[in-house]
Amino acid sequence: MDAALIPPGVKRCDFKIFLGWILFLLAIIGWGAYAVFLVWYKALNQTNMNNYFGFGIWITLDLSVIALGGGAFFTAFLRYILGIDKLKNIISLATIVGWICYASALLVLGLDVGQPLRGWHIFWYANVHSMLTEVAFCITTYFIVLCIEVLPIVLENVQLAKNRFIHLFSHNLHEYMYVFAAVGVFLSFFHQGSLGGMYGVLHTRPFAYRTGFFIWPWTFFIFILSAIASGPALTLLVTWILQKVTGRRLVTKDVILLLAKITGSILCFYLIVKFIDTWYWATHILPEKGMTLKECYQGWFGPYGLWLLFAELGVFGIIPAIILITPRFRENEWLLAVGCLFDCVGIIINRFVFTVQTLAIPTYPFDKWVVYSPSWQEWASTIMIIAIGALVISLAYRYLPLFPQEPELNP
Amino acid sequence: MKHEHKYKSGPEKYVMVIDIDKCTGCGACVIACAVENNLPVRTDETRKLLSVDWLVIYKITNGKPFPKTRIAYIPRGCMHCDNPMCVHVCPASATDKDDKGVVSQIYPRCFGCRYCMAACPYHARVFNWWDPTFPKGTERGLNPDVSTRMRGVVEKCSFCNHRYQRAKEKAMLEGRTTLRDGEYITACAEACPTGAITFGNVKDPNSKVSKLVKSPYAFRLLEKFGTEPSVYYISRQEWVRREADRYFEEKAKKISKE
Repeated sequence: MDAALIPPGVKRCDFKIFLGWILFLLAIIGWGAYAVFLVWYKALNQTNMNNYFGFGIWITLDLSVIALGGGAFFTAFLRYILGIDKLKNIISLATIVGWICYASALLVLGLDVGQPLRGWHIFWYANVHSMLTEVAFCITTYFIVLCIEVLPIVLENVQLAKNRFIHLFSHNLHEYMYVFAAVGVFLSFFHQGSLGGMYGVLHTRPFAYRTGFFIWPWTFFIFILSAIASGPALTLLVTWILQKVTGRRLVTKDVILLLAKITGSILCFYLIVKFIDTWYWATHILPEKGMTLKECYQGWFGPYGLWLLFAELGVFGIIPAIILITPRFRENEWLLAVGCLFDCVGIIINRFVFTVQTLAIPTYPFDKWVVYSPSWQEWASTIMIIAIGALVISLAYRYLPLFPQEPELNP
Repeated sequence: MKHEHKYKSGPEKYVMVIDIDKCTGCGACVIACAVENNLPVRTDETRKLLSVDWLVIYKITNGKPFPKTRIAYIPRGCMHCDNPMCVHVCPASATDKDDKGVVSQIYPRCFGCRYCMAACPYHARVFNWWDPTFPKGTERGLNPDVSTRMRGVVEKCSFCNHRYQRAKEKAMLEGRTTLRDGEYITACAEACPTGAITFGNVKDPNSKVSKLVKSPYAFRLLEKFGTEPSVYYISRQEWVRREADRYFEEKAKKISKE
């Protein structure tokens, strides 16, 4: 039924099966859309946030997708700036995944702020001292850059490309893509860093506070590192899922292994920096603020217990680093998938503790721990965002030539 | 690396001094604050972390069994810090510190990102999770000097800034440029039946607060965070200072040296 839209030289599943999958996703999106309607209509009382927890699951999601969307700018950096030509075979997917992540982040912000219609105030009344201002400017401009990067991929659709103007326009955009890649890298470095800076500057929240260099706390640099250590992992994970679901080979193994090796190396470097940072924070910054490591965690196994630190840096830090850095392990496709998944989970935990645990820790000596768990509306809208991501990837995979190697790998 | 927003005060610098030993926890200050500043009231206010309260009272105990049990109450509003993290982080410049020491909030400019709430370690900032509602009939008693706030914005104690404007206008009509001690005080200070809350210009050497802040028993909450609060607490009871101030040991040494 939709054969005319499918890229030449590749096979796609029956339209009815595809339609069933799309309807399933739309059902989830509908459920989430109802939650979004409730939030916008009835206000943020539909969430389980409160005056102690001004940030909740949405900001965790926001920070996580922005970090995981880092695959787009970093792969573009490797491909267009460093000239690693092999990565042209996976760059389209990385760009689409990045675009989804950033679009999700902007959508979540529209949900999370109390007065979404005043979103423009952040630009009009910008406070140059605030890291959040920098984040807002960089994310918005980078999203525009991502849209420009995604455009030629969309215009490659077989029907659109028949139009001579569109074809030439798309071709010329490809030619100058290194310019957009460079702009994207610059903007991404700043907003990934500023997101870390947002927390690192909080000298009133010792759990998040870090010293630093000039105006940037160390979290500024650590967040950049963690984004480039996890973003490509999500790209690899999505590739692996697509290959398993479709039963087709989409990218040659050498491309996957190269990206896995780069990711693993950066993850190792990130972990070394993160361990030093954690040690310095626990032994110098906390005592300076009159607190101890014990006061920052709810025992070993409490909701905000020390298990989170071990999960973040150990299970979901060291293990994926070992898998991705060891050739023997990363050559096993299942282990590689586990490594990428664990890498992503580790970064999500990192963003969770910075967002939520920071606020849970009692600041007054006489105050108590407060625990936050999201409402169904928060979960539904979060799951909706993931479903929208799956929908966009499904449509992109079916109708766009995302993987240049696919025809030759599946004769 | 410094992330400071230290401000330069003008000829006036208003501070609050709360004598914990005089506070009975009666809550008159909280009610006075709510009435004065048009704080909304919902039918169900049981979930206190969702309430719009500019002033709350913490209860602390010495942890000892009866009959040695001791209780104290710590009223807490906005600290109007001299190094206010909320001002530093607000992306839309919706909060500022003026030259008399008040940290203000511009409600129509705030878009509800709540970064200021995350930055404030005192939990002084509250969010409007609902559209504001007032019990039937009480709308007629709203204070015309204070705007009501809309849902989705952050609000906080203003040190009853409208009272300052009123006192200043009165002084100008009387041909004065400065205010007398006690001419501008907050609603909570006015309502406190035991006189536990004192408010005034600390730069006026004859004001009550300028003497009270010099007490060896005076302290501020979370001083090590470097926020330089404008609200001081006084207690002659060692256990209260120990419970209220995480850094009591250092402070005790300092007092003994003096």
